[in-house]
Amino acid sequence: MSVPALQLDGLRKSFGKTEIIRGVDLSIGKGERHAIIGPNGAGKSTLFNLITGRFPKSSGSIRLHGHDLEGMAPFEINRRGLSRSFQITNIFPRMTVFENVRCSLLWSQGYKYSFWNMVSRQRALTEGAEAILEQINLTARRDLPAGVLSYAEQRALEIGITIAGGADVIMLDEPTAGMSHSETDYIVDLIRKVTENKTLIMVEHDMGVVFGLADRISVLVYGEIIATDTPELVRGNARVQEAYLGAALEAEH
Amino acid sequence: MTEDFATDPTKPAQRLRAGSLTIPLIPWLIAGALVIVMPLFFQANSAITIMNQMAITIIFALAYNMLLGQGGMLSFGHAVYMGVGGFATVHIMNMSDFFAMLPLPVMPIFGGLVGMVLAMIVGSFSTRSAGTVFAMISLGVGELIAACSVIIVVFFGGEEGISGDRTYGLPFFGIEFLQQIEVYYLIAFWLMVSAALMYLFSRTPVGRMANAVRDNPERAEFLGYSARWVRFYSFVASGFFAGIAGALFAINYEILTEENLNLTTSGLILLVTFLGGAGFFFGPVLGAIVFTLVQTVLSLETELWGFYAGILFVATVMYFPGGLAGLIMMHVPALRLGKAGRLIVPYLKTLIPGLFTVLGASALIEMIFHYRHAAVGDDEMTLFWTSFDSHSALPWIVAIAVTVVGFWLTKKTAPDMAAAWHDANSPDGGAA
Repeated sequence: MSVPALQLDGLRKSFGKTEIIRGVDLSIGKGERHAIIGPNGAGKSTLFNLITGRFPKSSGSIRLHGHDLEGMAPFEINRRGLSRSFQITNIFPRMTVFENVRCSLLWSQGYKYSFWNMVSRQRALTEGAEAILEQINLTARRDLPAGVLSYAEQRALEIGITIAGGADVIMLDEPTAGMSHSETDYIVDLIRKVTENKTLIMVEHDMGVVFGLADRISVLVYGEIIATDTPELVRGNARVQEAYLGAALEAEH
Repeated sequence: MTEDFATDPTKPAQRLRAGSLTIPLIPWLIAGALVIVMPLFFQANSAITIMNQMAITIIFALAYNMLLGQGGMLSFGHAVYMGVGGFATVHIMNMSDFFAMLPLPVMPIFGGLVGMVLAMIVGSFSTRSAGTVFAMISLGVGELIAACSVIIVVFFGGEEGISGDRTYGLPFFGIEFLQQIEVYYLIAFWLMVSAALMYLFSRTPVGRMANAVRDNPERAEFLGYSARWVRFYSFVASGFFAGIAGALFAINYEILTEENLNLTTSGLILLVTFLGGAGFFFGPVLGAIVFTLVQTVLSLETELWGFYAGILFVATVMYFPGGLAGLIMMHVPALRLGKAGRLIVPYLKTLIPGLFTVLGASALIEMIFHYRHAAVGDDEMTLFWTSFDSHSALPWIVAIAVTVVGFWLTKKTAPDMAAAWHDANSPDGGAA
């Protein structure tokens, strides 16, 4: 069996005396679309923050393509091919939409901290950013400051920034939060398109989105994963229904 | 919806847009031409002295804005990079054998390198975070180095500072820099080179990421960039150009003292940059020009120039946070709509009484100052080219009347100006 894209072993996180993540084991294969669901306060966002180096973990291990991420800063983890979006929109509000995307291409195109290249002269950079803008349907907004975009447009830009660098593991934290039905449909199409042949890990509340996109689902309750399985089997799992899904599914129908 | 995803990089539209990001040359050519012809219009030695000071302040303010405007770092101690660069330059000028082999115009490179090395040392720990921590470290380091001026007397020369003689260098194509005008062109050359390099820096990957880190350091980290190192590179580049400004100061004045390092100088450059507008590249240039004029021309007219400069800064921070550059750029939408002309009359109607209000109020301030501080029996004062007795009633009545009427007219016409502003910024025919 090949090395999983992401492997968590006995991952724990405490804030003071409160243990938020209580021993998570999870293995996500290359090219898999994996959704993490669970009730509010289950620790989904914390789990994301641990994996991406935003918070230090208390114990356990995180491996990306078999490499231990122990002690790595977010920028080092990103350079290893893991990119994430945020639940609360996290963009560069005073820069133009185009600049937002271009900045997210710089490292992956190898520019590093160079001060001898003019960004505007780099055709690959400009064209790469233009291509992303077309993908996320923001070409018309190209030269506006990102801060003035509508909420849905900012969410699309958030995804654009996340995927622009060409990372092969994409983590999306509630990509459709606060969106209307048509906006959600659009974002789901977008996610499906841009994560083709990539590993996708997403936290999501919208069960329509989860069951439409995910190959496998993990259910996180009180800092523990109580089930990891295909959507059909998770749906039928009694523990999951008891803890969470039943209520959510009833609300859906 | 899926056909939107198809992207063809060979599309001419996309290539055209790539071209739209090229560097605008015309403002630079105009600036360069102005710098060359200015001494023809202002030939007096005093005018050239002011222009030299202006050019040095412009370089320093632009260097400072690499931190404040572009990198989002608020420094309270940036004078030390300029100052230490200047002190080092004077020391090199005093190494007579070495200096005799160097033409004067290359000296700013040394000043810049010294400023850069100091910035590398301080930046290695101060750029870990922006915000309050960075500001406090900059304040502490600034104070520390300023205090060193009386401790490390060998380098800083104690209270009297150190001085040198710029004319001992290797003659540069026969020029020995005995005359102010020769120094002017030396400074002007470095002004244009430094400004162009700083502008180009802002267009490089690390310069772009400086903006990104300013806006959202955390997000930049999740894009593969260490916010700390991005800040560090901006800081070092800023130290280099501040050092160049210091070297030019050393060349121009031939003396450096503790004043070049202290917190007053550090604070002033923050105010100059803010006055001009930190949000635009050319903002600090305007700030430096206006402030140098206030500092030199206005200070000849009144002892209270610092008071007026203070009011100007407070007004800028409170009412025009974009600074002078922001005030100018605010008019771009109206210009694009072709309706800026409609603003001229309302502006005159409001701003002329406004000007009289300011003049009347400043006359009152000057008269109070004279009344309180002039020697006993010295009742005669001169204001706006008129001499009068500051202890008689008439001048007070006139000043108060001008202020009150001016203020009333300003207030009365302000709504019209606001309406004209709204009109000039609304597209014709659309719902405003």
